[in-house]
Amino acid sequence: MKLKSEQALELDESHVTVGQSFCDDPKMTMRNVDVFYSDKQAIYDVNIDIAKNEVIAMIGPSGCGKSTFLRTLNRMNDTVEGCRVDGQICMDGQDLYSPKLDVVELRARVGMVFQKPNPFPKSIRDNVTYGPKIHGLADTRVDLDEILEKSLRKAGLWEEVKDRLDQPGTGLSGGQQQRLCIARAIAVSPEVILMDEPCSALDPIATAKIEELIKELSQNFTIAIVTHSMQQAARVSHRTAYFHLGKLIEVNPTEQVFTMPKHQLTEAYITGRFG
Amino acid sequence: MQATHLLSLLIVLGSFSFYVSRGRSLALANPLGGIRNLHSLPSYYGLHAALWCTLPATFLLAIWLIFDEIVINAMVMTDLSPELIPSGNASYNLILNKVANIANGILPRESQPSGLLDAADNMLSLNVVSQWSITLLIITLAMFGLAWSSHKLKPDFRARPAVERVMQNLLLACACVAIFTTLGIVFSVLFESIQFFRSVPIYDFVFGLEWSPQTAIREDQVGSSGSFGAIPLFVGTLLVSAVAMFIAVPIGLMSAIYLAEYADSKVRTYAKPALEVLAGIPTVVYGFFAALTVAPFLRDLGASVGLTISSESALAAGGVMGIMIIPFISSLADDVITAVPQSMRDGSLAMGATQSETIRKVVIPAALPGIVGGIMLAISRAIGETMIVVMAAGMAAKLTANPLESVTTVTVQIVTLLTGDQEFDSPKTLAAFALGLMLFTVTLLLNIFALHIVKKYREQYE
Ligand SMILES: Nc1ncnc2c1ncn2[C@@H]1O[C@H](COP(=O)(O)OP(=O)(O)OP(=O)(O)O)[C@@H](O)[C@H]1O
Ligand SMILES: [Mg+2]
Repeated sequence: MKLKSEQALELDESHVTVGQSFCDDPKMTMRNVDVFYSDKQAIYDVNIDIAKNEVIAMIGPSGCGKSTFLRTLNRMNDTVEGCRVDGQICMDGQDLYSPKLDVVELRARVGMVFQKPNPFPKSIRDNVTYGPKIHGLADTRVDLDEILEKSLRKAGLWEEVKDRLDQPGTGLSGGQQQRLCIARAIAVSPEVILMDEPCSALDPIATAKIEELIKELSQNFTIAIVTHSMQQAARVSHRTAYFHLGKLIEVNPTEQVFTMPKHQLTEAYITGRFG
Repeated sequence: MQATHLLSLLIVLGSFSFYVSRGRSLALANPLGGIRNLHSLPSYYGLHAALWCTLPATFLLAIWLIFDEIVINAMVMTDLSPELIPSGNASYNLILNKVANIANGILPRESQPSGLLDAADNMLSLNVVSQWSITLLIITLAMFGLAWSSHKLKPDFRARPAVERVMQNLLLACACVAIFTTLGIVFSVLFESIQFFRSVPIYDFVFGLEWSPQTAIREDQVGSSGSFGAIPLFVGTLLVSAVAMFIAVPIGLMSAIYLAEYADSKVRTYAKPALEVLAGIPTVVYGFFAALTVAPFLRDLGASVGLTISSESALAAGGVMGIMIIPFISSLADDVITAVPQSMRDGSLAMGATQSETIRKVVIPAALPGIVGGIMLAISRAIGETMIVVMAAGMAAKLTANPLESVTTVTVQIVTLLTGDQEFDSPKTLAAFALGLMLFTVTLLLNIFALHIVKKYREQYE
């Protein structure tokens, strides 16, 4: 992952993002993106690249637009009535908001894990094979079982559930449910995984497991993660983006953001002066 | 005094107690330095007094209202002069009626046997005694209540929890009224049915294949001894209900899915009430719609394609009933579908499922228990529906599964058995109670089953 020329250092109040927003070999690119909920603007003029196999963390005070930003990447905002996205968002050079694009296919390529674990009220097996069945990824039962085992192993859940695959997924513990949701998301082999505060409902041990998992997944996937825990951002991500009131303030390598933030707002947030 | 007067008196006494006790508690609080030194707010002391003053007295009044007439009647009849002593149940009631009518001045006193006149006078005087004693009793009881409450009124008296307890018991009592009324209805139906089963064996009733309740009225009439086999009626009921559900379930369910999942909020605000208007139409209107519009239309339609559809058919009645039940199913289904958490849909959509895949594979399965429960409730509604079938299904108790023919239902037969001049204890009349009992049992079982399913569904998400 190579980062392009550094941005200007001045603390520009006209919200030019500080730091290394762009890169050479981007998986996803966003240019001049604005998001509106009816009349209310939630995201202002965001420009950023997400590199291949990168883990990028989004931090910022509550209500600053992190979830909104994340949901523009797989067009989950389509489900919100009155939500409008302006600007250009591309994946592998393909415009995600062009009328020709198949949303269903896009969401198969960009998976998502939600803040609250939301397994379907079905068996563990059916939860994981839900996507592969819909997209016809397996021709035989054997193939399906293979996907099932692989996904559960990758999510670090296989050993815990291999004897109870036909029991309901809703009967698992919170941390197990979240890992089941991750397994479900990776079962369709997406290219990008979006995670919106995946650990906020979990205890430290389950959180550690999921962080471990994110590090492993980053070998194969591009991951964008929203988190309220700066330690978590520091532990798992390569780059960190700081949002403030709908504006992307600063993007820099994680280490740099937490040791030498360039923007005063970032610094204020990191040092705990607000947020 | 009349019961209504007594009740007004109690209300006046209650308000009086409230203000007096509240005033007294305020007076107690003043020297102590304000109401914060009382255990409860002054209005609680007032309420406590008002409740103690009125509730026991009201309770007594209710008991008196129930037993007053029964006791007086019994006393009058036991004091009756020997030559008038009735021989049977029927003549007992006859004599009692006469006495009451004389006492109330409906029958002229002239030309009545002196025994009856004595009884009427006896009844009048007993009435006066009873009314005076209840008035005195109630006033005393109210005063005792007030006195008791005043005796307890001290700054550290815990009036608030005391009122709380009384309130709780009052609510419990109201709930009991509802329950006992239901029980009362069930038992009265049960006893009449048992009487019916004395003359018609229960086996013949439940499993009999022929229904023709015309019994001979006079001994010398020939032929009609009546047969009371309920099977044709239940088959008819089932047939009509099945036709109704065949129409209501798909349409209701799909409109619910449309409203809950696809319609934007604007459409929803207009479409949902519009659909629910269907539920507000009186069933008698549906009835003549079925009898005068739908049935002839179906008959003509059938004639034009070479089918004989009778002008009173299960199809017409069931079809219109189905329309009536649509809003019932759609609004219940709409509720359970919207109760499926949005996160379920998000999870499925984020996997790349289309909206209809999401509905089919996640939303409907998650809502299924609730939907099934709703359908069960709708079925019991259809089974008990009367007006439409009375007007459009017919009277002939035919044992058929063909919806094009005319059938009759349990409810229709109950109506025909009980309308017009009836002899109260003929098997024909009592059969209505037996039918009612069976209908009640069936719908009760269905409802229990449905509620059980709905409850199970609730547990899943909470
Ligand atoms: N469905 C919606 N309709 C209207 N406004 C919305 C909607 N969702 C979010 N918003 C608004 O958009 C802004 C950004 O919300 P968003 O959920 O993206 O914040 P967030 O950074 O994820 O916050 P948090 O950390 O609390 O999750 C907020 O002001 C919010 O009120
Ligand atoms: Mg959020």
